[in-house]
Amino acid sequence: MKLDRRTFLGTATAATAALSAPMAFAAGHGKPNVVVVGGGAGGATAARYIAKDSAGEINVTLIEPSRAYYTCFFSNLYIGGFRNIDDIGHTYGTLASTGVNVLHDWAVGVDRDAKTVSLAGGGSVPYDKLILSPGIDFVDGAVEGWDMSAQNAMPHAYKAGSQTELLKSQIMAMPAGGTFAMVAPPNPYRCPPGPYERVSMVAHLLKAHNPTAKIIVADPKEKFSKMALFQEGWADHYGGMIDWIGSGFGGGEVSVDPSAMTLTIDGEVTKVDVCNVIPAMKAGQIAHSAGVTDGNWAPVNAADMSSKADADIYVLGDSSQQGDMPKSGFSANSQAKVCANAVRGALTGSKVFPAKFSNTCWSLIDTDNGVKVGATYEATEAKIAKVDGFISQTGESAEVRKATYEESEGWYAGITADMFG
Amino acid sequence: MPIAKAENERCYSNWAGSMALGLILTFPAAGACAGEIGDPENGAKVFRKCSACHQIGDGAVNRVGPHLNGVFGRLAGSVEGFRYSESMDRAGSDGVVWTRETLDAFLENPKSLVSRSRMNFRGLPAAEDRDDLLAYLRIFSDDPANIPEAEPTAQATDHGLDPEILALQGDPEYGEYLSTECTTCHQIDGSNDGIPAITQWPQEDFVIAMHAYKRKLRPHPVMQMMAGRLSDDEIAALAEYFSELK
Ligand SMILES: Cc1cc2nc3c(=O)[nH]c(=O)nc-3n(C[C@H](O)[C@H](O)[C@H](O)COP(=O)(O)OP(=O)(O)OC[C@H]3O[C@@H](n4cnc5c(N)ncnc54)[C@H](O)[C@@H]3O)c2cc1C
Repeated sequence: MKLDRRTFLGTATAATAALSAPMAFAAGHGKPNVVVVGGGAGGATAARYIAKDSAGEINVTLIEPSRAYYTCFFSNLYIGGFRNIDDIGHTYGTLASTGVNVLHDWAVGVDRDAKTVSLAGGGSVPYDKLILSPGIDFVDGAVEGWDMSAQNAMPHAYKAGSQTELLKSQIMAMPAGGTFAMVAPPNPYRCPPGPYERVSMVAHLLKAHNPTAKIIVADPKEKFSKMALFQEGWADHYGGMIDWIGSGFGGGEVSVDPSAMTLTIDGEVTKVDVCNVIPAMKAGQIAHSAGVTDGNWAPVNAADMSSKADADIYVLGDSSQQGDMPKSGFSANSQAKVCANAVRGALTGSKVFPAKFSNTCWSLIDTDNGVKVGATYEATEAKIAKVDGFISQTGESAEVRKATYEESEGWYAGITADMFG
Repeated sequence: MPIAKAENERCYSNWAGSMALGLILTFPAAGACAGEIGDPENGAKVFRKCSACHQIGDGAVNRVGPHLNGVFGRLAGSVEGFRYSESMDRAGSDGVVWTRETLDAFLENPKSLVSRSRMNFRGLPAAEDRDDLLAYLRIFSDDPANIPEAEPTAQATDHGLDPEILALQGDPEYGEYLSTECTTCHQIDGSNDGIPAITQWPQEDFVIAMHAYKRKLRPHPVMQMMAGRLSDDEIAALAEYFSELK
């Protein structure tokens, strides 16, 4: 995270705003209020665009507990040693200084009749339009033997920051020839190639520091995103190190014992040194509290990301159930811009343009060996529907793979500038 | 030095003359041009990398990049009518003049000399390529008389695009909305960290490039996909918006 003077001042402003919260609430003066919950890929983008494009016509409040957001994207590259942890941390100072009222607090409830959001720190914020982009939470009991109290012994590292640092330090502390295990999640989950990019980055790290170590992946799925590309890469770069056990071989029949550090796959108990448990996921808790979920996720209308349960609530990113888009930062950012355009139109009468969505996910397999998959999408009555797509090919030249990696670095700079200003 | 210079000029004017007559290019053997920077014939080949954005030679005009006639001895950021990045403007006001040394450093790694230049080019790591390219560029710099009376070498191809498409007037407000799809990767302030800058392109070049992606003449899969579903009007709207961005 780079703290220059500008972001520092902005953060100070944000902190002051949080302390004098009632001021923020009284700021209505007839101007419409948009409240955004969650300052990640979806929420930060939506808040930034609404504030920027409405040029003061709309009060935008962003509720986000963390003062620094660590991107999950590129967090695997931190594990692999290609990024420092500070490189993936971002503060809200620039957003605050471009007119977004940043409240560092938790949203704990939504009163849909009164149209207010209550805060953990006390008080509540009124809204005309509420945008929820709280990311994911884990499904209770999804992996037998694991719950949130086990996240230190067996980290998920599927929300970036201290969890990611913990996982990396555990990998670095593995005994020579030790075992790293991953319990991969069932569909749908955030970042379909994420677990497999992580396996690649762990292998990269171990190859340098602990070359006789082993990696076991227990997976409840038969296939996964970019499977042929990853498997080719694993064979070429990390031959023999990675053992992927899919559902056909009992990869879905898993339990863990965090105190004994054992992983049981299909009845067979294995002692492991590091166990990265990535449980099944659901929409962030606040979406459930707001009553806009149906099962694990929050169904939305494709044209504007509005909730099917409440026309004044919008759900972005991982929490939403929208159709064909993967749960990715790119998707959340794309959805946020469609939503921002619609919300601004609804509140100020500005022109609303038709929804267009897109996504590209890059993954790093080894040094200078990047691959990507992407698609464009459109809004239909039923869902966000895929239009067209592409994927990297197996057997591509080193030059192409290097260019793909460099492109991913450009994308990272681009999307974080698009989110945080 | 004067002798070497005279020899240089002779070599170059030879070459320029053959260009003017449209003859097959014949270059004097390297030995015949003692003191020259490199091999301009090979430099002309290296220049193909530059020619997507830069024109040089008689009638050369500014496109995505400024024309390069007379670049030797010129103050950085000083071609009239070209809108430079702030960084390049600053280099000019800091007094950076394009000489063999500064051009060599810039061509080796553009960002090392002008850190936020909009030039989407990673640089020429091989010193020989840079020498040859500089030898080629110099031909168009010594004095205006040395500029060959031939077609500019770097006419950006329009791939036979319908002039009506090129003439479409885009709606900048729609362009601004559509641009939000671009800015997930392309930075709005024109910075380039691995994905090219697309701000302040001349509209025509923008339209030509996007249609070339749409028709899969340009090779990038993400761009083919993104351009593939943009209508002619949408491309015009984007071109209008990005060309006016500060
Ligand atoms: C290892 C890994 C690698 C990934 N790699 C990529 C990649 O390369 N490319 C890509 O596009 N995507 C990638 N992703 C996916 C991407 O990180 C997510 O899809 C994206 O962050 C989703 O955005 P979001 O806005 O839905 O949630 P988030 O970005 O998670 O933001 C949610 C925010 O809401 C806040 N919040 C939650 N609850 C509350 C509450 N009650 N009150 C206030 N605030 C709250 C949280 O603090 C958080 O800041 C990766 C994910 C992982 C785990």
